[in-house]
Amino acid sequence: MDISVIIDSVPEFAKGITITVEITAISVAIGFCLAIVLSIMRVSKNPFVWMPVYGFNFYFRGTPLLVQLFLIYYGSGQFQEFFSQIGLWHLFKEAYFCAVLTLTLNTAAYAGEIFRGGIEGVSFGEIEAARACGMSGVKLYRRIIMPAAIRIAWPAYTNEVVFLLQASSLVSIITLMDITGVARVAAAKTFAFYELFLFAALIYLVLVYAVIFVFRKVENRITAHLVHEAASQ
Amino acid sequence: MFDLEGYGHLLWEGGLLTLKVGVFSMVIALFLGLVMAMCKLSKIWILDFPAGVYTTVIRGIPELVLILLVYYGGPTLIQDFAAMLGRDIYVDLNPFFAGSMTIGFIYGAFATEVFRGAFMAVPRGQIEAARACGMGPFLAFRRIQMPQMWRFAIPGLGNVWMVLIKATALISVIQLPELMRSADVAARSTRKPFTCFFMASLIYLLITILSLVFQQWAEKRANRGVRRE
Repeated sequence: MDISVIIDSVPEFAKGITITVEITAISVAIGFCLAIVLSIMRVSKNPFVWMPVYGFNFYFRGTPLLVQLFLIYYGSGQFQEFFSQIGLWHLFKEAYFCAVLTLTLNTAAYAGEIFRGGIEGVSFGEIEAARACGMSGVKLYRRIIMPAAIRIAWPAYTNEVVFLLQASSLVSIITLMDITGVARVAAAKTFAFYELFLFAALIYLVLVYAVIFVFRKVENRITAHLVHEAASQ
Repeated sequence: MFDLEGYGHLLWEGGLLTLKVGVFSMVIALFLGLVMAMCKLSKIWILDFPAGVYTTVIRGIPELVLILLVYYGGPTLIQDFAAMLGRDIYVDLNPFFAGSMTIGFIYGAFATEVFRGAFMAVPRGQIEAARACGMGPFLAFRRIQMPQMWRFAIPGLGNVWMVLIKATALISVIQLPELMRSADVAARSTRKPFTCFFMASLIYLLITILSLVFQQWAEKRANRGVRRE
């Protein structure tokens, strides 16, 4: 075990951690908002609304993330002329943009289905009561359904964020220097394969359990009013 | 479109290899999961503790890092170890085995949790009744817990399989010519990356759909002895 190799590459790893956390955070933030919209469309009774969302979710959940990443990063090259014409090519030629776009769409599809489960789990009495108070449409969703649905879906959503953090390691395949990317380049230079990959694994482990810790804190906060009820049962 | 300038068959062959890797990994995952779940449920800490560490650590590390660790790190670790003992050996891992073993090892951790939950879902009364009939712990396990556990395990194992088959795409980074790698080769040769990767994604989708159908059939079969109200 050659510890000096790890020590030498610590500054690089620090940059790698920034990239990993950055990409994950941006994708989670945008993906969360998208997922809320998708989940509401998914429970609609209008087939023109729910069917496209169903198709989107099915595609993104049924194919590997790596295919999606290659489809967007390399695949966009096939339509270079078109993207240049509409002025988006400078975005699609950036690996960073493609990585964030793919991860965002992917997490939106998974989280969309998770939140749908949450919406369907909201007890009908609550909705009925809200209707009786005169709420409907956006107000009903904003005040009653979505808060309850997110509360129900939170543990599953925590898992999804953990998976996304781990899945972000794939961006190293399209040349981005995240934690895995740094480990791969450093390993290729020094041949200290297991030291560097073990170190990378350790960083991910710490990040994953940090995410779980934070999300548990949030969970305790958003379900604080239910703790007393559960304890008395 | 399906011909891909003669590269279509390459994708199909890749798809078959993906299935092979998937099935091989799943067998390893099921075996490991079953053994580890039993360890976790045992009250002996020497079995329980390592199984706990296994599931906690593996589920916290990305598959890609583990694949790279095993494929590149494994041989160098063995070589370094041999050098310490004064031997000079050269280890070269077969991508198929290294890949499937790693994927199986990772998803074994997820299967462990599924089996653990399933074993716990078998009503305690059943086990007590078996013991009362004079069955020893092993006989009761084999005759009562094992057959009934599957009913609870199948939905979870179906999920593990779905995630596992998609994770096999990562083995393409260690040059195994499975579906993803074949699509990459075809994309480079035809200069039509979108078409090739899209076709590959449709093959993955086909595998997913077939798996869903199979899962429904298996669930139905496992539940055939259960009365419905």
